[in-house]
Amino acid sequence: MTPALTAATARRVLAQLRHDPRTIALIVLLPCVLLGLIAWMFHGTPVLDQFGPILVALFPLIVMFLVTSVATLRERTSGTLERLMASPLGKGDFVGGYALAFGAVAVVQALVVTGFAVWVCGMEVRGSLGAVVLVAVLDAVLGAALGLAASAVARTEFQAVQMMPLIVFPQLVVCGLLMPRDEMPTVLEWISRAFPLTYGVDAMQRLAAGKSLGDVAGDVTVIVAFLAGAVVVGGLTLRRRTA
Amino acid sequence: MGNNQAAAAVDVVGLTARRGAHTVLDGLDLRVPAGEVVGLLGPSGAGKTTLIRAIVGVQEVQGGTVAVLGRPAGAPELRRRVGYVTQAPSVYADLTVTENLRYFATVLRAPSGDTDRVLEQVDLVRYARTRVGDLSGGERSRVSLAVALLGAPELLVLDEPTVGLDPVLRRDLWDLFGRLRDDGTSLLVSSHVMDEASRCDRLLLMRGGAVVADATEAELLERTGAEDVEHAFLALVEEGAR
Repeated sequence: MTPALTAATARRVLAQLRHDPRTIALIVLLPCVLLGLIAWMFHGTPVLDQFGPILVALFPLIVMFLVTSVATLRERTSGTLERLMASPLGKGDFVGGYALAFGAVAVVQALVVTGFAVWVCGMEVRGSLGAVVLVAVLDAVLGAALGLAASAVARTEFQAVQMMPLIVFPQLVVCGLLMPRDEMPTVLEWISRAFPLTYGVDAMQRLAAGKSLGDVAGDVTVIVAFLAGAVVVGGLTLRRRTA
Repeated sequence: MGNNQAAAAVDVVGLTARRGAHTVLDGLDLRVPAGEVVGLLGPSGAGKTTLIRAIVGVQEVQGGTVAVLGRPAGAPELRRRVGYVTQAPSVYADLTVTENLRYFATVLRAPSGDTDRVLEQVDLVRYARTRVGDLSGGERSRVSLAVALLGAPELLVLDEPTVGLDPVLRRDLWDLFGRLRDDGTSLLVSSHVMDEASRCDRLLLMRGGAVVADATEAELLERTGAEDVEHAFLALVEEGAR
């Protein structure tokens, strides 16, 4: 892995995005629109304050997962990945470049979505707002990293899109959004602990209830570990030689 | 031809490779001499792309050895010395021509100014700022070729670089290949168009994963008594079937 090549790859991915304003609009505006709809639907109730922070973590994760898995898959199907694998570019440079570029996009997205929730929709966070932004950013980057790892398994763009329900939906079911985790059947509660989204939702629930960054440090650590793990898996599943 | 004494750009011995479940190459032997334009001719499905992928080190192989410029194919030190053009134009359609070249120039650590040089070589200077997706198929494949020329590699491996190009452009590209050869570059160019044989210094005819002929065009025509390479190919196949 060479820092200059990783950076060049990140710059190239960002340049591709810059040529595609529609995707940028989808990445940044779509979560805002969804959040706005929910704020409108539950206007006058405490629902937004309670669930808003969770959604701020959730929507970016899903959007970044999709964008990243399709983008890297396109690289496989177009032959550019094959060309890069025949070049001096390291596998770490490829994965790292994507993680950096989509990580940067994830930061912008999380900032805009959180800002929209607080200043436009009137979401009140009883805990630390800075911690909400941090968890939202990490979750968005996690989505990108999971998308990167998932695209290694998918062979076609159809399959890549199907990875979303496969990888994200089970996490949604047991993450504590539908039912508090301590009320779940024990087995499901155990399963939920193996999924990264659980920790993002848990952190956001605590922050919404008035906790500070220090109280969610454990959750944040686990999210970072999953994130690093997904990037490593993405790198390991990349092959210079294919059949 | 004294071919065995000359240095080989590529030396393949007993190469066995599968694409998916299908064995495409089964114990293939061949040599690509250095400093020549070698045409790899054969119908679609002959195993040309699999061989090329093995030479540039991206094909999983089940057996045999592939030596490229004296090193095992795919060795890290070869990745800047071998230029590779895949069959489909493998460049980023959503970037401009220059953006593509700059990225790959960084990856290949090509000297600055190399992007302008290769743009001129493939005659695309006027499209430097155009998005590759807005170019025609032939222009796109020339961008892909330009990327392979970055860093002036010693060996160029080109998988059907002239497909879909008009005759004038095809002639210009073959002229370019000749000039590159004169500058000391070795070229292996695959094609399923037999009439491109006359532009090659040497021919490797492939069919069904095997080399059916390794000769110059003149030798081939003399040996088979055919009037052109297409008929020579047919004669060789029929001879082999007997």
